[in-house]
Amino acid sequence: MPNALPFERLPTNNAEWVTVYIEGQPVKVRQGDSAAAAVLAAGLQPSRTTVVSGSGRTPYCLMGVCFECLLQIDGVENVQGCMTPAREGMQIMSQKQARQLNDSNPSTLKPDDLKNSHIKKEGTVV
Amino acid sequence: MNTPEYDLVIIGAGPAGMSAATTASSHGLKVAILDEQTAPGGQIYRSISSPAIADESILGADYYHGRALLSAMRYAGVDYFPSSSVWTVSSELFISFSREGKSSKIQAKKLLIATGAQERPVPFLGWTLPGVMTCGAAQILLKSSGLTPAGPLVLAGSGPLLLLIAAQLNRAGVEIEAILDTTPKGRYLKSIRHLPGALRNLPLLLKGLGLLTELKRAGIRYINNAEQLKALPDDTGLLTKLQYKTDESTETLNCKTLLVHQGVVPNVQLTRALQLEHQWDELQQCWKPTLDSWGESSQTGIFVAGDSSGIAGARAAEYMGELTAQRIAQQLDKLSQETLLLQTAKTGRLLQQQQAIRPFLDAMYQPADEFLKPSDETLVCRCEEVTAGQIRSMVAQGCTGPNQTKAFSRAGMGPCQGRLCGLTVAQIIADERQVPVSEVGYYQIRTPIKPLTIGELADLAE
Repeated sequence: MPNALPFERLPTNNAEWVTVYIEGQPVKVRQGDSAAAAVLAAGLQPSRTTVVSGSGRTPYCLMGVCFECLLQIDGVENVQGCMTPAREGMQIMSQKQARQLNDSNPSTLKPDDLKNSHIKKEGTVV
Repeated sequence: MNTPEYDLVIIGAGPAGMSAATTASSHGLKVAILDEQTAPGGQIYRSISSPAIADESILGADYYHGRALLSAMRYAGVDYFPSSSVWTVSSELFISFSREGKSSKIQAKKLLIATGAQERPVPFLGWTLPGVMTCGAAQILLKSSGLTPAGPLVLAGSGPLLLLIAAQLNRAGVEIEAILDTTPKGRYLKSIRHLPGALRNLPLLLKGLGLLTELKRAGIRYINNAEQLKALPDDTGLLTKLQYKTDESTETLNCKTLLVHQGVVPNVQLTRALQLEHQWDELQQCWKPTLDSWGESSQTGIFVAGDSSGIAGARAAEYMGELTAQRIAQQLDKLSQETLLLQTAKTGRLLQQQQAIRPFLDAMYQPADEFLKPSDETLVCRCEEVTAGQIRSMVAQGCTGPNQTKAFSRAGMGPCQGRLCGLTVAQIIADERQVPVSEVGYYQIRTPIKPLTIGELADLAE
């Protein structure tokens, strides 16, 4: 999980603290932190790998422009971490390359749909 | 379902959006603000309704000025929609936006786009490594979370924000290994002819000098004329060193976090998607929408104010927002042309004073060529991982503009939709073809300008 130095917290004004789970590990973050701030506070580096080469990335602009902070949040992939406020119990995982097709949502896809879609690599539908 | 109707819909709740909302409301207009953020303030006054840092001396008084704008807006009784991403606007000014996974639509008589600025893309070797982020990002973390970057920390770039964030981090007790100033030699000479204009905004000029003095007093290593930045990874692919060149030699610094900055540019994603007329600003090296003196765009009824209309800073944005709202109120028959001129004269003068310093700053801090037209091996499109060399070879094969290189290489086709490569790609093509950037043009930006789920689209089905 976290493998790099975390960002440090200055003394802050009073606020609620919430527990989020980053790659399954509980981390206390301040209400008002974004999911992207939470992964930086926890030292999760990289927080995503790229679609093309699989190289590692971390949040870059934090203002909704660069899309480098894409994360898997509560089971939904490719969510902009900097635009998503941290909530109690939130499950945050790094985004591994392209969005995966998984069977957690089987009602939306039938086996025949797969045959008709363009399959880039196993499990990934584009 | 009835679509709610407003006299004025404002997109963005930074200084321009907030002051426009307050002014318009004072004329009795029904106003809505759609804000992509969770709370008002934009980036400059980010989290101003509940600042994270306890010690207010760290960010400084200019930041807390945002409180006045915020409380004025709150008194005005404006409909404020947080976490609302606008993804399309129709020609009849129906505005579609997503909020917490659901889509909605409202209609405006007049639309004001106040979507602010984004940081200029800073391509150099290794700028995609984990550990490299923008100065703006570091400032957002300070404002909204009170978080400071992991050390060793190096800052590199050019422009007022570089000095400001360095000073703020220093006040917060963060150790800074070095500041690398990439402002090319000769810029002081080049900008000096604009000094008389700058002197009209003496307080801002003195503030800049004050920041430099503050950093010097703190004993932070300040390296001038740094060139050829190269961020280097460790075995696991994380940032570990920054290499750079000065007159004398090539040096390396250890760093876990590198903050970069080369100024800010207008956020033109929405104005482009609406196919408003744009022009190239040679001094600021960026695109901006073409507007009349009141901020009305080439499409009647759509106005642009603040940094999304051209970079002029927070105070200028506040004044522009007010002026534009006055004009809109006059167009909607809330005041006469005569009263409009009377009521806007003073703010107009204040705006001019703010704008007077820009040519000096723009000439001084125009990015070095290595960031505008990076070396062949440098990635320009971070999403699709396309290098400057690939763009150049496509030009050699006959591509004349960014939409062609996009089709051939996917540069600009990733999730950021060209926000981080559009300027660079256009400048590389212009340079290779030896024509002005205005001739090369920009990406054709299409709606939706933010990713949408099928569910969000389906919400709008009647």
